[in-house]
Amino acid sequence: MRATREGYIEGLLEAGERDSRVIVVDGDVSRSTGTTAFRKKFPERFFNLGIAEQNMAEYCAGLALAGFIPFYSTYAVFAAGRAWDQIRTSICNMNLNVRIGGAHGGTSVGPDGSTHQALEDIAITRVLPNMTVLVPADASQTRQAVLASLEIDGPVYIRYGRNPIPEIYDRNKSVVPGKGHLLQEGGHASIIAVGAMVASSLEAARTLSKKGIDVSVADMVSIKPLDTDLIRHLAGSSEVIITAEDHQIAGGLFGAVAEYLSVSCPRRIIPVGVQDRFGCSGTPEEVMVHCGLTAEAIAEKVEEALIN
Amino acid sequence: MISPKVIREDILRMIHSAGSGHPGGSLSLVEILIHLYWKEMRIDPDNPQWEDRDRLVLSKGHGAPALYSILARRGFFSTDKLDTLRKFGSGLEGHPHMQSLPGLDCSTGSLGQGLGIAAGLALGLSIRKSPARVFCILGDGELQEGSIWESAMSIPSLKQTNLIAIVDRNHVQLDDAVKRIMPLEPLADKWRAFGWTVATCDGHDLTDLERVFSTVTDRPLVIIAETVKGKGVSFMENLAMWHGKAPDDRQLQKALEELE
Repeated sequence: MRATREGYIEGLLEAGERDSRVIVVDGDVSRSTGTTAFRKKFPERFFNLGIAEQNMAEYCAGLALAGFIPFYSTYAVFAAGRAWDQIRTSICNMNLNVRIGGAHGGTSVGPDGSTHQALEDIAITRVLPNMTVLVPADASQTRQAVLASLEIDGPVYIRYGRNPIPEIYDRNKSVVPGKGHLLQEGGHASIIAVGAMVASSLEAARTLSKKGIDVSVADMVSIKPLDTDLIRHLAGSSEVIITAEDHQIAGGLFGAVAEYLSVSCPRRIIPVGVQDRFGCSGTPEEVMVHCGLTAEAIAEKVEEALIN
Repeated sequence: MISPKVIREDILRMIHSAGSGHPGGSLSLVEILIHLYWKEMRIDPDNPQWEDRDRLVLSKGHGAPALYSILARRGFFSTDKLDTLRKFGSGLEGHPHMQSLPGLDCSTGSLGQGLGIAAGLALGLSIRKSPARVFCILGDGELQEGSIWESAMSIPSLKQTNLIAIVDRNHVQLDDAVKRIMPLEPLADKWRAFGWTVATCDGHDLTDLERVFSTVTDRPLVIIAETVKGKGVSFMENLAMWHGKAPDDRQLQKALEELE
Protein backbone atom coordinates (compact mmCIF):
# COMPACT_ATOMS: atom_id res chain seq x y z
CA MET A 1 0.00 0.00 0.00
CA ARG A 2 1.38 3.39 -0.99
CA ALA A 3 -0.11 6.83 -1.54
CA THR A 4 -0.02 8.04 -5.13
CA ARG A 5 1.62 11.27 -3.93
CA GLU A 6 4.74 9.20 -3.23
CA GLY A 7 4.85 8.26 -6.88
CA TYR A 8 4.33 11.88 -7.88
CA ILE A 9 7.42 12.96 -5.94
CA GLU A 10 9.50 10.07 -7.29
CA GLY A 11 8.45 11.10 -10.77
CA LEU A 12 9.31 14.76 -10.13
CA LEU A 13 12.79 13.90 -8.88
CA GLU A 14 13.47 11.77 -11.94
CA ALA A 15 11.97 14.36 -14.27
CA GLY A 16 14.21 16.99 -12.69
CA GLU A 17 17.24 14.84 -13.40
CA ARG A 18 16.23 13.99 -16.94
CA ASP A 19 15.29 17.49 -18.04
CA SER A 20 16.86 20.72 -16.83
CA ARG A 21 13.74 22.61 -17.99
CA VAL A 22 11.72 21.09 -15.14
CA ILE A 23 10.84 23.61 -12.43
CA VAL A 24 8.68 22.88 -9.39
CA VAL A 25 6.41 25.48 -7.83
CA ASP A 26 4.43 24.92 -4.65
CA GLY A 27 1.75 26.93 -2.85
CA ASP A 28 2.74 26.60 0.81
CA VAL A 29 1.88 22.92 1.03
CA SER A 30 5.28 21.49 0.10
CA ARG A 31 5.58 19.53 3.35
CA SER A 32 2.18 18.04 2.65
CA THR A 33 2.57 17.39 -1.08
CA GLY A 34 6.17 16.28 -0.57
CA THR A 35 7.81 18.70 -3.01
CA THR A 36 10.34 19.55 -0.27
CA ALA A 37 12.29 16.57 -1.64
CA PHE A 38 12.61 18.39 -4.97
CA ARG A 39 13.66 21.59 -3.21
CA LYS A 40 16.45 19.73 -1.42
CA LYS A 41 17.74 18.18 -4.63
CA PHE A 42 17.26 21.12 -7.00
CA PRO A 43 17.05 24.26 -4.83
CA GLU A 44 17.64 26.57 -7.79
CA ARG A 45 14.62 25.08 -9.60
CA PHE A 46 12.12 25.19 -6.76
CA PHE A 47 9.88 28.11 -5.79
CA ASN A 48 7.36 28.32 -2.99
CA LEU A 49 4.97 31.12 -3.96
CA GLY A 50 2.80 31.01 -0.88
CA ILE A 51 -0.95 30.79 -0.57
CA ALA A 52 -1.70 32.47 -3.87
CA GLU A 53 -2.82 29.88 -6.39
CA GLN A 54 -3.81 32.31 -9.14
CA ASN A 55 -0.37 33.90 -9.05
CA MET A 56 1.25 30.46 -8.97
CA ALA A 57 -0.59 29.41 -12.14
CA GLU A 58 0.36 32.71 -13.81
CA TYR A 59 4.05 32.32 -12.89
CA CYS A 60 3.96 28.85 -14.41
CA ALA A 61 2.43 30.22 -17.61
CA GLY A 62 5.28 32.74 -17.76
CA LEU A 63 7.94 30.11 -17.02
CA ALA A 64 6.51 27.98 -19.84
CA LEU A 65 6.65 31.01 -22.17
CA ALA A 66 10.35 31.24 -21.28
CA GLY A 67 10.84 27.62 -22.38
CA PHE A 68 10.64 25.78 -19.06
CA ILE A 69 8.38 22.90 -17.99
CA PRO A 70 6.91 24.08 -14.68
CA PHE A 71 5.03 21.67 -12.39
CA TYR A 72 2.86 23.33 -9.81
CA SER A 73 1.07 21.43 -7.11
CA THR A 74 -1.26 22.07 -4.26
CA TYR A 75 -4.50 20.53 -2.99
CA ALA A 76 -6.52 19.58 -6.08
CA VAL A 77 -9.45 21.78 -5.04
CA PHE A 78 -7.21 24.84 -5.21
CA ALA A 79 -4.86 23.67 -8.00
CA ALA A 80 -7.75 23.19 -10.41
CA GLY A 81 -10.50 25.31 -8.89
CA ARG A 82 -8.97 28.42 -7.37
CA ALA A 83 -6.87 29.11 -10.46
CA TRP A 84 -9.35 27.88 -13.07
CA ASP A 85 -9.55 31.07 -15.11
CA GLN A 86 -5.75 31.24 -15.22
CA ILE A 87 -5.66 27.60 -16.35
CA ARG A 88 -8.26 28.28 -19.01
CA THR A 89 -7.32 31.66 -20.39
CA SER A 90 -3.59 31.76 -19.88
CA ILE A 91 -2.35 28.16 -19.76
CA CYS A 92 -4.73 26.28 -22.06
CA ASN A 93 -5.48 29.08 -24.51
CA MET A 94 -1.74 29.52 -25.15
CA ASN A 95 -1.26 25.71 -25.05
CA LEU A 96 1.59 26.08 -22.58
CA ASN A 97 3.68 23.25 -21.14
CA VAL A 98 2.45 23.68 -17.58
CA ARG A 99 1.92 20.54 -15.47
CA ILE A 100 -0.65 20.83 -12.70
CA GLY A 101 -0.42 18.44 -9.79
CA GLY A 102 -3.80 18.01 -8.15
CA ALA A 103 -2.72 16.63 -4.78
CA HIS A 104 -5.06 15.03 -2.26
CA GLY A 105 -7.67 14.35 -4.94
CA GLY A 106 -11.08 12.96 -4.07
CA THR A 107 -11.97 11.79 -0.59
CA SER A 108 -8.35 10.83 0.21
CA VAL A 109 -8.04 13.93 2.37
CA GLY A 110 -10.83 12.58 4.62
CA PRO A 111 -10.59 14.35 8.00
CA ASP A 112 -10.15 17.80 6.42
CA GLY A 113 -13.75 17.57 5.29
CA SER A 114 -15.76 18.82 2.35
CA THR A 115 -13.84 22.07 1.73
CA HIS A 116 -10.63 20.17 0.96
CA GLN A 117 -12.03 17.15 -0.86
CA ALA A 118 -11.67 17.74 -4.60
CA LEU A 119 -14.64 15.97 -6.16
CA GLU A 120 -15.01 18.21 -9.21
CA ASP A 121 -11.43 18.67 -10.46
CA ILE A 122 -11.61 16.10 -13.28
CA ALA A 123 -14.76 17.74 -14.65
CA ILE A 124 -13.38 21.27 -14.68
CA THR A 125 -10.04 20.35 -16.21
CA ARG A 126 -11.42 17.89 -18.74
CA VAL A 127 -13.59 20.52 -20.45
CA LEU A 128 -10.61 22.70 -21.33
CA PRO A 129 -9.24 22.58 -24.90
CA ASN A 130 -5.58 21.42 -25.17
CA MET A 131 -5.61 19.89 -21.67
CA THR A 132 -4.50 16.30 -20.99
CA VAL A 133 -6.02 14.77 -17.84
CA LEU A 134 -4.31 11.80 -16.16
CA VAL A 135 -5.70 10.04 -13.08
CA PRO A 136 -3.26 7.29 -12.05
CA ALA A 137 -4.34 4.28 -10.00
CA ASP A 138 -1.26 3.62 -7.90
CA ALA A 139 2.09 5.11 -6.90
CA SER A 140 4.09 3.51 -9.73
CA GLN A 141 1.63 4.70 -12.33
CA THR A 142 1.71 8.20 -10.86
CA ARG A 143 5.49 8.25 -11.24
CA GLN A 144 5.05 7.12 -14.83
CA ALA A 145 2.38 9.77 -15.44
CA VAL A 146 4.79 12.49 -14.34
CA LEU A 147 7.50 11.13 -16.63
CA ALA A 148 5.04 10.72 -19.53
CA SER A 149 4.00 14.35 -19.12
CA LEU A 150 7.50 15.46 -20.17
CA GLU A 151 6.73 14.25 -23.69
CA ILE A 152 3.30 15.90 -23.97
CA ASP A 153 2.95 19.12 -25.93
CA GLY A 154 0.60 21.35 -23.94
CA PRO A 155 -0.87 21.48 -20.44
CA VAL A 156 -1.37 18.38 -18.29
CA TYR A 157 -3.42 17.85 -15.14
CA ILE A 158 -2.34 14.93 -12.94
CA ARG A 159 -4.60 13.96 -10.06
CA TYR A 160 -3.24 11.98 -7.17
CA GLY A 161 -4.08 11.21 -3.54
CA ARG A 162 -2.83 11.19 0.01
CA ASN A 163 -4.31 7.94 1.28
CA PRO A 164 -2.27 4.70 0.87
CA ILE A 165 -3.89 2.43 -1.73
CA PRO A 166 -2.99 -1.01 -3.13
CA GLU A 167 -0.21 -1.26 -5.69
CA ILE A 168 -1.29 -2.59 -9.05
CA TYR A 169 1.39 -1.90 -11.59
CA ASP A 170 4.92 -2.96 -12.27
CA ARG A 171 7.31 -0.04 -11.82
CA ASN A 172 8.17 -0.01 -15.52
CA LYS A 173 4.62 -0.05 -16.90
CA SER A 174 4.47 3.19 -18.82
CA VAL A 175 1.64 5.71 -19.13
CA VAL A 176 0.64 6.72 -22.64
CA PRO A 177 -1.84 9.57 -23.22
CA GLY A 178 -4.99 8.18 -24.83
CA LYS A 179 -4.32 4.66 -23.58
CA GLY A 180 -6.03 2.89 -20.70
CA HIS A 181 -5.21 -0.57 -19.38
CA LEU A 182 -7.42 -3.65 -19.57
CA LEU A 183 -6.55 -5.41 -16.31
CA GLN A 184 -8.83 -8.43 -16.65
CA GLU A 185 -11.48 -9.67 -19.04
CA GLY A 186 -14.88 -11.20 -18.34
CA GLY A 187 -18.04 -11.36 -20.39
CA HIS A 188 -20.82 -10.45 -17.98
CA ALA A 189 -20.09 -6.78 -17.43
CA SER A 190 -17.28 -4.23 -17.71
CA ILE A 191 -16.01 -1.88 -15.02
CA ILE A 192 -14.09 1.21 -16.09
CA ALA A 193 -12.38 2.92 -13.16
CA VAL A 194 -9.85 5.60 -12.30
CA GLY A 195 -7.59 6.40 -9.37
CA ALA A 196 -8.22 4.65 -6.08
CA MET A 197 -11.35 3.02 -7.53
CA VAL A 198 -9.28 0.77 -9.80
CA ALA A 199 -8.09 -1.34 -6.88
CA SER A 200 -11.63 -1.36 -5.48
CA SER A 201 -12.92 -2.55 -8.86
CA LEU A 202 -10.42 -5.40 -8.93
CA GLU A 203 -11.59 -6.36 -5.44
CA ALA A 204 -15.21 -6.21 -6.58
CA ALA A 205 -14.31 -8.43 -9.53
CA ARG A 206 -12.86 -11.06 -7.18
CA THR A 207 -16.03 -11.04 -5.07
CA LEU A 208 -18.21 -11.36 -8.15
CA SER A 209 -16.07 -14.13 -9.55
CA LYS A 210 -16.86 -16.27 -6.49
CA LYS A 211 -20.52 -15.89 -7.41
CA GLY A 212 -19.87 -16.95 -10.98
CA ILE A 213 -19.97 -13.45 -12.44
CA ASP A 214 -17.00 -12.60 -14.65
CA VAL A 215 -16.31 -8.94 -15.35
CA SER A 216 -13.75 -6.94 -17.26
CA VAL A 217 -11.86 -4.28 -15.33
CA ALA A 218 -10.23 -1.39 -17.15
CA ASP A 219 -8.15 1.48 -15.79
CA MET A 220 -8.87 4.71 -17.69
CA VAL A 221 -5.76 6.53 -16.48
CA SER A 222 -5.99 8.86 -19.47
CA ILE A 223 -9.38 10.50 -19.07
CA LYS A 224 -8.41 12.98 -21.73
CA PRO A 225 -7.60 11.97 -24.39
CA LEU A 226 -10.01 9.13 -23.66
CA ASP A 227 -9.08 5.60 -24.77
CA THR A 228 -12.06 5.17 -27.07
CA ASP A 229 -10.68 1.95 -28.60
CA LEU A 230 -10.73 0.34 -25.17
CA ILE A 231 -14.26 1.58 -24.44
CA ARG A 232 -15.48 0.30 -27.81
CA HIS A 233 -13.87 -3.06 -27.11
CA LEU A 234 -15.61 -3.30 -23.74
CA ALA A 235 -18.93 -2.19 -25.20
CA GLY A 236 -18.62 -4.96 -27.77
CA SER A 237 -17.97 -7.64 -25.21
CA SER A 238 -20.52 -6.79 -22.50
CA GLU A 239 -24.09 -5.54 -22.25
CA VAL A 240 -23.49 -3.24 -19.32
CA ILE A 241 -20.68 -0.89 -18.33
CA ILE A 242 -20.08 0.39 -14.81
CA THR A 243 -17.87 3.41 -14.19
CA ALA A 244 -16.15 3.92 -10.82
CA GLU A 245 -14.55 7.16 -9.66
CA ASP A 246 -13.75 9.07 -6.49
CA HIS A 247 -15.36 12.20 -8.00
CA GLN A 248 -18.78 13.63 -8.86
CA ILE A 249 -20.40 11.45 -11.50
CA ALA A 250 -21.41 14.63 -13.38
CA GLY A 251 -18.59 15.60 -15.68
CA GLY A 252 -16.03 13.09 -14.47
CA LEU A 253 -15.20 9.60 -15.75
CA PHE A 254 -18.89 8.70 -16.05
CA GLY A 255 -19.46 11.88 -18.02
CA ALA A 256 -16.54 11.18 -20.34
CA VAL A 257 -17.48 7.54 -20.98
CA ALA A 258 -21.18 8.35 -21.38
CA GLU A 259 -20.44 11.13 -23.85
CA TYR A 260 -18.44 8.76 -26.01
CA LEU A 261 -20.82 5.79 -25.79
CA SER A 262 -23.96 7.82 -26.45
CA VAL A 263 -22.59 8.98 -29.77
CA SER A 264 -20.61 5.95 -30.90
CA CYS A 265 -22.08 2.73 -29.50
CA PRO A 266 -24.90 3.21 -27.01
CA ARG A 267 -24.75 0.84 -24.05
CA ARG A 268 -26.29 0.73 -20.64
CA ILE A 269 -23.89 2.55 -18.31
CA ILE A 270 -24.18 2.74 -14.54
CA PRO A 271 -22.10 5.13 -12.44
CA VAL A 272 -20.41 4.53 -9.13
CA GLY A 273 -19.26 7.90 -7.85
CA VAL A 274 -20.28 10.86 -5.77
CA GLN A 275 -23.94 11.68 -6.39
CA ASP A 276 -24.14 15.49 -6.51
CA ARG A 277 -23.20 16.05 -2.88
CA PHE A 278 -20.30 17.28 -0.76
CA GLY A 279 -18.18 15.01 1.39
CA CYS A 280 -17.63 15.33 5.12
CA SER A 281 -14.98 14.69 7.76
CA GLY A 282 -14.00 11.16 8.68
CA THR A 283 -11.28 8.70 7.76
CA PRO A 284 -10.96 8.34 3.98
CA GLU A 285 -12.45 4.86 4.35
CA GLU A 286 -15.46 6.17 6.29
CA VAL A 287 -16.07 8.94 3.78
CA MET A 288 -15.80 6.49 0.91
CA VAL A 289 -18.39 4.23 2.53
CA HIS A 290 -20.59 7.27 3.14
CA CYS A 291 -20.34 8.31 -0.51
CA GLY A 292 -20.78 4.77 -1.85
CA LEU A 293 -17.23 4.46 -3.19
CA THR A 294 -16.37 0.90 -2.17
CA ALA A 295 -15.69 -2.48 -3.74
CA GLU A 296 -18.98 -3.65 -2.22
CA ALA A 297 -20.88 -0.80 -3.85
CA ILE A 298 -19.35 -1.63 -7.22
CA ALA A 299 -20.17 -5.35 -6.88
CA GLU A 300 -23.74 -4.52 -5.90
CA LYS A 301 -24.19 -2.28 -8.95
CA VAL A 302 -22.94 -5.04 -11.22
CA GLU A 303 -25.29 -7.60 -9.69
CA GLU A 304 -28.26 -5.22 -9.84
CA ALA A 305 -27.49 -4.44 -13.45
CA LEU A 306 -27.35 -8.09 -14.41
CA ILE A 307 -30.66 -8.88 -12.67
CA ASN A 308 -32.55 -5.94 -14.16
CA MET B 1 9.94 57.50 -34.00
CA ILE B 2 6.39 57.36 -35.24
CA SER B 3 3.89 60.13 -34.63
CA PRO B 4 1.22 59.40 -32.00
CA LYS B 5 -1.29 60.82 -34.48
CA VAL B 6 -0.67 57.93 -36.90
CA ILE B 7 -1.33 55.35 -34.19
CA ARG B 8 -4.48 57.14 -33.01
CA GLU B 9 -5.81 57.30 -36.58
CA ASP B 10 -5.15 53.57 -36.95
CA ILE B 11 -6.97 52.81 -33.69
CA LEU B 12 -10.04 54.82 -34.63
CA ARG B 13 -10.22 53.42 -38.17
CA MET B 14 -9.70 49.85 -36.96
CA ILE B 15 -12.42 50.01 -34.32
CA HIS B 16 -14.77 51.82 -36.70
CA SER B 17 -14.22 49.14 -39.31
CA ALA B 18 -14.64 46.33 -36.79
CA GLY B 19 -17.84 47.85 -35.42
CA SER B 20 -16.71 47.04 -31.88
CA GLY B 21 -13.66 47.37 -29.66
CA HIS B 22 -12.20 49.58 -26.95
CA PRO B 23 -11.20 53.07 -28.12
CA GLY B 24 -10.86 54.74 -24.70
CA GLY B 25 -8.21 52.47 -23.21
CA SER B 26 -6.41 52.11 -26.55
CA LEU B 27 -6.03 55.86 -27.05
CA SER B 28 -4.66 56.28 -23.52
CA LEU B 29 -1.88 53.76 -24.24
CA VAL B 30 -0.39 55.28 -27.37
CA GLU B 31 2.66 57.15 -26.08
CA ILE B 32 3.54 54.39 -23.59
CA LEU B 33 3.66 51.86 -26.42
CA ILE B 34 5.55 54.22 -28.75
CA HIS B 35 8.19 54.73 -26.10
CA LEU B 36 8.47 50.98 -25.46
CA TYR B 37 8.63 49.88 -29.10
CA TRP B 38 10.79 52.68 -30.49
CA LYS B 39 13.06 53.54 -27.55
CA GLU B 40 12.99 51.05 -24.74
CA MET B 41 12.65 47.47 -25.92
CA ARG B 42 15.38 45.40 -27.56
CA ILE B 43 13.41 43.74 -30.35
CA ASP B 44 13.89 42.57 -33.91
CA PRO B 45 10.77 42.69 -36.12
CA ASP B 46 12.49 40.35 -38.58
CA ASN B 47 13.01 37.78 -35.84
CA PRO B 48 9.96 37.99 -33.56
CA GLN B 49 10.94 34.74 -31.77
CA TRP B 50 14.46 35.98 -30.88
CA GLU B 51 15.12 34.32 -27.51
CA ASP B 52 16.75 37.33 -25.87
CA ARG B 53 14.23 39.92 -27.02
CA ASP B 54 12.52 42.10 -24.48
CA ARG B 55 8.90 41.07 -23.97
CA LEU B 56 5.64 42.94 -23.56
CA VAL B 57 2.66 41.55 -21.67
CA LEU B 58 -0.36 43.75 -22.33
CA SER B 59 -2.29 42.67 -19.27
CA LYS B 60 -5.13 45.03 -20.21
CA GLY B 61 -5.71 42.99 -23.36
CA HIS B 62 -8.60 45.19 -24.49
CA GLY B 63 -5.95 47.74 -25.52
CA ALA B 64 -5.19 45.38 -28.43
CA PRO B 65 -5.95 47.89 -31.23
CA ALA B 66 -3.17 50.17 -29.97
CA LEU B 67 -0.71 47.28 -29.76
CA TYR B 68 -1.66 45.98 -33.23
CA SER B 69 -1.12 49.39 -34.79
CA ILE B 70 2.25 49.68 -33.03
CA LEU B 71 3.38 46.20 -34.14
CA ALA B 72 2.35 46.85 -37.75
CA ARG B 73 3.99 50.28 -37.86
CA ARG B 74 7.13 48.77 -36.29
CA GLY B 75 7.26 46.18 -39.08
CA PHE B 76 6.09 42.94 -37.47
CA PHE B 77 3.34 42.59 -40.10
CA SER B 78 1.75 44.60 -42.88
CA THR B 79 -0.33 47.66 -42.03
CA ASP B 80 -2.80 46.35 -44.63
CA LYS B 81 -3.94 43.85 -42.03
CA LEU B 82 -5.08 46.51 -39.59
CA ASP B 83 -8.57 46.87 -41.02
CA THR B 84 -9.21 43.17 -40.34
CA LEU B 85 -9.42 43.80 -36.58
CA ARG B 86 -11.90 41.42 -34.90
CA LYS B 87 -12.89 39.86 -38.21
CA PHE B 88 -13.18 36.14 -38.83
CA GLY B 89 -9.92 34.58 -39.96
CA SER B 90 -7.88 37.69 -39.12
CA GLY B 91 -4.98 37.28 -36.73
CA LEU B 92 -6.11 40.48 -35.06
CA GLU B 93 -8.29 38.85 -32.44
CA GLY B 94 -10.49 40.96 -30.17
CA HIS B 95 -7.95 40.37 -27.43
CA PRO B 96 -4.31 39.47 -28.21
CA HIS B 97 -3.87 35.83 -29.21
CA MET B 98 -0.18 35.02 -29.33
CA GLN B 99 -0.33 32.16 -31.84
CA SER B 100 -2.34 34.22 -34.32
CA LEU B 101 -0.06 37.19 -34.91
CA PRO B 102 3.71 37.80 -35.10
CA GLY B 103 5.14 40.10 -32.44
CA LEU B 104 2.82 39.11 -29.61
CA ASP B 105 4.72 37.74 -26.60
CA CYS B 106 1.65 36.65 -24.64
CA SER B 107 -2.09 36.15 -25.02
CA THR B 108 -4.15 38.23 -22.64
CA GLY B 109 -7.72 39.32 -22.12
CA SER B 110 -8.92 38.08 -18.76
CA LEU B 111 -7.91 40.93 -16.47
CA GLY B 112 -5.58 40.40 -13.53
CA GLN B 113 -3.37 37.70 -15.02
CA GLY B 114 -0.68 39.57 -16.95
CA LEU B 115 1.49 40.68 -14.05
CA GLY B 116 1.95 37.13 -12.76
CA ILE B 117 2.66 35.83 -16.27
CA ALA B 118 5.19 38.62 -16.83
CA ALA B 119 6.79 37.70 -13.51
CA GLY B 120 7.05 34.01 -14.42
CA LEU B 121 8.48 34.95 -17.80
CA ALA B 122 11.01 37.30 -16.18
CA LEU B 123 11.93 34.58 -13.68
CA GLY B 124 12.50 32.08 -16.48
CA LEU B 125 14.61 34.57 -18.44
CA SER B 126 16.76 35.30 -15.39
CA ILE B 127 17.25 31.56 -14.72
CA ARG B 128 18.42 31.28 -18.33
CA LYS B 129 20.72 34.25 -17.69
CA SER B 130 19.11 36.12 -20.55
CA PRO B 131 19.57 39.91 -20.51
CA ALA B 132 15.97 40.31 -21.70
CA ARG B 133 13.52 42.41 -19.73
CA VAL B 134 9.77 42.06 -19.43
CA PHE B 135 7.36 44.99 -19.54
CA CYS B 136 3.81 44.61 -18.30
CA ILE B 137 1.08 47.17 -18.93
CA LEU B 138 -1.81 47.17 -16.48
CA GLY B 139 -5.05 49.06 -16.57
CA ASP B 140 -5.98 51.00 -13.46
CA GLY B 141 -9.42 49.42 -13.26
CA GLU B 142 -7.64 46.08 -13.58
CA LEU B 143 -5.90 46.74 -10.26
CA GLN B 144 -9.20 45.84 -8.60
CA GLU B 145 -8.43 42.18 -9.43
CA GLY B 146 -7.04 40.44 -6.34
CA SER B 147 -4.61 38.34 -8.35
CA ILE B 148 -2.68 41.52 -9.25
CA TRP B 149 -1.81 41.97 -5.60
CA GLU B 150 -0.73 38.35 -5.25
CA SER B 151 1.80 39.09 -7.97
CA ALA B 152 2.62 42.49 -6.50
CA MET B 153 3.63 40.63 -3.33
CA SER B 154 5.65 37.85 -4.94
CA ILE B 155 7.72 39.95 -7.37
CA PRO B 156 9.59 41.94 -4.68
CA SER B 157 9.82 38.81 -2.52
CA LEU B 158 11.74 37.07 -5.33
CA LYS B 159 13.79 40.27 -5.85
CA GLN B 160 12.83 40.39 -9.51
CA THR B 161 14.24 43.47 -11.18
CA ASN B 162 14.16 42.42 -14.86
CA LEU B 163 10.50 43.36 -14.98
CA ILE B 164 8.87 46.79 -15.18
CA ALA B 165 5.16 47.25 -14.55
CA ILE B 166 3.37 50.22 -16.10
CA VAL B 167 -0.05 51.33 -14.91
CA ASP B 168 -2.08 53.10 -17.58
CA ARG B 169 -3.74 55.39 -15.04
CA ASN B 170 -6.60 56.72 -17.14
CA HIS B 171 -9.03 56.91 -14.20
CA VAL B 172 -12.02 55.42 -16.04
CA GLN B 173 -13.31 51.85 -16.21
CA LEU B 174 -16.20 50.24 -18.07
CA ASP B 175 -19.03 51.43 -15.86
CA ASP B 176 -17.78 54.73 -14.48
CA ALA B 177 -14.81 56.62 -13.02
CA VAL B 178 -12.49 54.27 -11.12
CA LYS B 179 -12.83 56.37 -7.98
CA ARG B 180 -16.61 55.96 -8.07
CA ILE B 181 -16.54 52.17 -8.57
CA MET B 182 -13.65 51.09 -6.28
CA PRO B 183 -11.12 53.79 -5.45
CA LEU B 184 -7.41 52.91 -5.74
CA GLU B 185 -5.80 55.83 -3.90
CA PRO B 186 -3.37 56.04 -2.27
CA LEU B 187 -2.13 53.99 -5.22
CA ALA B 188 1.61 54.77 -5.07
CA ASP B 189 1.62 54.02 -1.34
CA LYS B 190 0.02 50.64 -1.99
CA TRP B 191 2.79 49.63 -4.40
CA ARG B 192 5.51 51.00 -2.10
CA ALA B 193 4.05 49.06 0.82
CA PHE B 194 4.35 45.90 -1.29
CA GLY B 195 8.07 46.57 -1.86
CA TRP B 196 8.13 48.39 -5.19
CA THR B 197 9.85 51.55 -6.33
CA VAL B 198 7.17 53.82 -7.74
CA ALA B 199 7.77 56.43 -10.42
CA THR B 200 5.04 58.62 -11.86
CA CYS B 201 4.93 60.49 -15.13
CA ASP B 202 2.75 62.13 -17.74
CA GLY B 203 1.86 59.09 -19.84
CA HIS B 204 1.36 61.25 -22.94
CA ASP B 205 4.72 63.04 -22.76
CA LEU B 206 7.43 61.06 -24.53
CA THR B 207 10.23 63.01 -22.81
CA ASP B 208 8.75 62.37 -19.40
CA LEU B 209 8.29 58.68 -20.28
CA GLU B 210 11.96 58.42 -21.27
CA ARG B 211 12.96 60.00 -17.97
CA VAL B 212 10.88 57.69 -15.84
CA PHE B 213 11.91 54.48 -17.61
CA SER B 214 15.53 55.27 -16.74
CA THR B 215 14.79 55.26 -13.00
CA VAL B 216 17.61 53.45 -11.23
CA THR B 217 16.48 51.17 -8.42
CA ASP B 218 17.36 47.83 -6.86
CA ARG B 219 13.69 47.04 -6.34
CA PRO B 220 11.03 46.14 -8.90
CA LEU B 221 9.85 49.31 -10.67
CA VAL B 222 6.24 50.28 -11.28
CA ILE B 223 5.53 53.31 -13.40
CA ILE B 224 2.23 55.02 -12.80
CA ALA B 225 1.61 56.80 -16.09
CA GLU B 226 -1.07 59.47 -15.73
CA THR B 227 -3.15 59.29 -18.89
CA VAL B 228 -6.46 60.40 -20.32
CA LYS B 229 -8.95 57.79 -21.41
CA GLY B 230 -9.90 58.50 -25.02
CA LYS B 231 -6.93 60.89 -25.35
CA GLY B 232 -7.01 63.12 -28.42
CA VAL B 233 -10.70 62.92 -29.22
CA SER B 234 -12.62 65.56 -27.27
CA PHE B 235 -15.93 63.76 -27.20
CA MET B 236 -14.33 60.49 -26.02
CA GLU B 237 -12.00 61.86 -23.34
CA ASN B 238 -12.69 60.77 -19.76
CA LEU B 239 -16.01 59.17 -20.64
CA ALA B 240 -16.82 55.62 -19.57
CA MET B 241 -19.27 55.26 -22.47
CA TRP B 242 -16.27 55.14 -24.84
CA HIS B 243 -14.62 52.28 -22.96
CA GLY B 244 -16.00 49.73 -25.39
CA LYS B 245 -17.92 51.37 -28.22
CA ALA B 246 -17.08 51.86 -31.90
CA PRO B 247 -17.48 55.29 -33.50
CA ASP B 248 -20.00 55.53 -36.35
CA ASP B 249 -19.11 57.13 -39.70
CA ARG B 250 -19.81 60.68 -38.57
CA GLN B 251 -18.02 60.24 -35.25
CA LEU B 252 -14.99 58.78 -37.00
CA GLN B 253 -14.76 61.79 -39.34
CA LYS B 254 -15.06 64.20 -36.45
CA ALA B 255 -12.46 62.32 -34.41
CA LEU B 256 -9.95 62.21 -37.29
CA GLU B 257 -10.38 65.94 -37.88
CA GLU B 258 -9.62 66.62 -34.22
CA LEU B 259 -6.37 64.67 -34.04
CA GLU B 260 -3.25 66.77 -34.18
